[in-house]
Amino acid sequence: MRSKNSIGRIDIWLLIIYLALVTTGLFSIYAAAFNEAHPHIYDFSQNYGKQLMFIGVSLFVGFAILLIDAKFFNVVAYVVYGLSIVCLLLVLVVGSKISGSTSWIQLGPISFQPSEFAKFGTALALAHYLGKIDTDFTKFKTKLISYGIVFLPMLLILAQGDAGSASVFIIFLLVLYREGMGGQILIIGLATATLFIITLCVSKWFIMIGLVVTYAFFLLLIDRTKKNIWLVTGFLIAACAIVFSVDFAFHHILKQHQQTRINIILGKEHDTKGVGYNLNQSMIAIGSGGFSGKGYLKGTMTKYNFVPEQHTDFIFCTVGEESGFVGCFLLIALYLALILRIIYLAERQRSPFSRIYGYGIACIFFFHFAINIGMTIGLVPVIGIPLPFLSYGGSSLLMFSMMIFVFLKQDANRMNIF
Amino acid sequence: MIKNKINYSQRKYVIGSIFILVALIILIKLFIIQIVDDSYKHSSDSNTLRYITQYPSRGKIYDRNGELLVYNDAVYDLMIIPSQAKKIDTAALCKLLNINHSTYINNLNKAKKYSMITPSIFISQITKEEYGRIAEMLYHYPGFYFQIRSIRQYPRPIAAHTLGSIGEVTKPEMDKDSYYKLGDYIGKSGIEKYYEKELRGTKGLKITVVDVHNREKERYMDGACDIMPESGNDIILGLDAELQAYGEYLMSGKTGSIVAIEPTTGQILAMVTSPTYDPNELVGRKRGTHYSQLLNNPDKPLINRAISGTYPPGSTFKMINGLISLQSGVITANTPYPCNGPKSTPIKCTHYHSSPVRLYDAIENSCNPYFWQAFQDMMNLKRFGGTKAAFKFWYDNVISFGLGRTCKSDIPFTVSGNIPTMEYYDKLYHGLWNATTIRSLSIGQGEILVTPLQLANVAAAIGNEGYFIEPHYIKCFGNPDDSVSFEKHIINIDKRHFREVKKGMQSVFEGEHGTARMSAIPDITVGGKTGTAENPHGPDHSIFMGFAPINNPQIAIAVVVENAGFGSTWAAPIASLMIEKYIKGEATRPKLEEKVLTTNNAE
Repeated sequence: MRSKNSIGRIDIWLLIIYLALVTTGLFSIYAAAFNEAHPHIYDFSQNYGKQLMFIGVSLFVGFAILLIDAKFFNVVAYVVYGLSIVCLLLVLVVGSKISGSTSWIQLGPISFQPSEFAKFGTALALAHYLGKIDTDFTKFKTKLISYGIVFLPMLLILAQGDAGSASVFIIFLLVLYREGMGGQILIIGLATATLFIITLCVSKWFIMIGLVVTYAFFLLLIDRTKKNIWLVTGFLIAACAIVFSVDFAFHHILKQHQQTRINIILGKEHDTKGVGYNLNQSMIAIGSGGFSGKGYLKGTMTKYNFVPEQHTDFIFCTVGEESGFVGCFLLIALYLALILRIIYLAERQRSPFSRIYGYGIACIFFFHFAINIGMTIGLVPVIGIPLPFLSYGGSSLLMFSMMIFVFLKQDANRMNIF
Repeated sequence: MIKNKINYSQRKYVIGSIFILVALIILIKLFIIQIVDDSYKHSSDSNTLRYITQYPSRGKIYDRNGELLVYNDAVYDLMIIPSQAKKIDTAALCKLLNINHSTYINNLNKAKKYSMITPSIFISQITKEEYGRIAEMLYHYPGFYFQIRSIRQYPRPIAAHTLGSIGEVTKPEMDKDSYYKLGDYIGKSGIEKYYEKELRGTKGLKITVVDVHNREKERYMDGACDIMPESGNDIILGLDAELQAYGEYLMSGKTGSIVAIEPTTGQILAMVTSPTYDPNELVGRKRGTHYSQLLNNPDKPLINRAISGTYPPGSTFKMINGLISLQSGVITANTPYPCNGPKSTPIKCTHYHSSPVRLYDAIENSCNPYFWQAFQDMMNLKRFGGTKAAFKFWYDNVISFGLGRTCKSDIPFTVSGNIPTMEYYDKLYHGLWNATTIRSLSIGQGEILVTPLQLANVAAAIGNEGYFIEPHYIKCFGNPDDSVSFEKHIINIDKRHFREVKKGMQSVFEGEHGTARMSAIPDITVGGKTGTAENPHGPDHSIFMGFAPINNPQIAIAVVVENAGFGSTWAAPIASLMIEKYIKGEATRPKLEEKVLTTNNAE
């Protein structure tokens, strides 16, 4: 009886936003992968037909989740997390190579990406761990375990060579911040990122000089107590270490194509035929949409396959070209509504598990949305992560849907938590 | 602990702000590339739209009777898209195309160097016959296809110089007119060059949308932005194909030219230059080879002698001198001058006749002393008050016949010839010269040089009794909306004087001593004058100019046979046959024709 009640109490707005995004995705894939010989959207031999099938599966699974007891996910959080870690280890052994990284597991006709699964698992595990009544984030041990939960799958995915998927886990820092992590970590993180980018753009020796000058400047300004001098000197050494290690990492650890992608974004390289081709074509497609777009199914760049991988990672091009700035604005508004709605709902949870889980998935959606769209318009390097609910692909759609439905279930059940 | 956690709930605003900020950054960037910056729109168009030039069919050229002289024929360019040319059985394809393997590799590499995905010409201008054979088998060879293209064809191998030819545009031509793009054809000479703008028509444009592999997918906006090509205007020439062909036939084996003009209109009826070539040689794949062969031929068949060969007019110039003398008043038709035959000074007579002679006899006998004395008297005429004034009178009248200048019409590359000026003589003789110094002018020698075209025009002017229309090729355009007109020039000499000279020219054919009496045509009264022009390059040129019928001329003609000797032997019979052919439609004197044909001037 209770579960029936909870279904009745699910947040209708979040469900509507979810359905709107999934529908937009289906029609975008239809436009991007349209095949004249198979004009029916339910043609299962085509990508749009398959996506329709994936949507059906996702909705079925979602409905099933709503029927399961809300506490179930809190209970099995570690199991899911552990399973996903096993999968990630497995993929290192038996994974099949698709576009440069071994991140897929092939099970007969079905292939899926454990990294998608791991995001879900990590969100659950983090929520479970931090949501425990006796967890105190001020304790060092708690911090260590929290970081461990986040960075273990990240490192495993990095080991697969899929830096894009691995980068998603960074966003869990925002969840930790919400739960009490020091704001200075975010600021230091941001400063580090800035230093990172500057290192790639400018010669490291120039940065050294800049850092030393700043250091001298600080020494003049502050109270020159012993503690302060050590602190500032410590920052200087850390900054220098970052600069050198970034420089080393960029040139010796990153693969050539990753270096090139970054260089293109930084404007250091121009390459409209090779690696820069995707980005260039993608920006042309979106830019040519203008204010109101070329009209549905009328995008010439989209229709005639000028943008590679358009139905997957570059699906936003279809929206940009065919529906223009208006369409892009509405879609971004829809995503923002989704993320903010989840945060709003998360904040009204009585159970910390539900709240932290909500933040977890909101951050995952945010990261995917920002990085994916940012990449298609040249704001960030080309990182192959899907646009939630829009990109073609069964495992990502199913995972994103499950994240939503689990949260819907938690929210619907919030009144039963005391 | 729980209390501790609640404190952090304010951080939702920080996190929410980060989300909104990032979304705003994305929107700003989108705003820039979608609305502010136009370049993406243009890039998209150039990516996806293919502008395909639709070539109009070039205007056809007809003769005055509607006979087709130039038309367009289809040839086929074998195109290749290198990226699609895979798994080709090279040996079989070479055999099919009748090329060797190295040519195949060569052409393939050239195409690849140009582009892997856009088509380029593999073998150009394959004939219809070959096309049929190759096209049947071409499906075996992906990446190869035929593109139709039109070339000029000439049903009769005549009038090569007049019609001219077309060829691919050069860089300077493209710089001058942005209409032309690489690979376009443009008129290079003759009619094709002068009437290029009318003949070429207007190119059209087909816009298609292509996919990433450059395959055509659909018409852009269903063809709403396409431009249909406009066919070129046809041209009807004043040329008479039969007469032209006959003239070329008569001139075969000789060096020289024939120009025939319709006096009342100034239209060129025939313009023969010999040696000549078949215009079909400068068409198609062999154009380059043939062109250099013609260029290196010692007989210089590419030169149009009718408009760029200059010759001393010799005795034919006596008509003009006679007319000017009459106009000056120094003589009348009946003024007699003595002739001592070969003993005459300072110019001897080359003919035997009674003395004294009057104008008609002087023309009939081509009497040098007569024209010298008339010229001398004119130069010394008191009315002018000096040689220089008299010379100016002579000079002005001479150039009013269109001599000493290029032709101002649709005949390109005409040369001006030469009529010596007063300044020229002043410089040459340091101002000290008189009638005797320039006596050669009286008999059409000396510095005077004319082209056959100019000479034919003089004949037309005399036939017309005092005017001529600037000679030209065109009769009218196929599209009657476009009209053409050419300047009418009035010569400042009285009509009655022309009539006197014409009488003399008639007796050249009909008189007892007439230099062209052997060339008289039954039933047609011809007026004409032979000339035997001395020149520094070798034996005399045989020259004739004339018109017929005498009172209402339908044809004026000039004939020059280089280094052939007497005008009466070669030029006059050829002109006579031409006149008969034009007026009667056939030449009825096989013996004369045979004589003209069987001996060439080289012997």
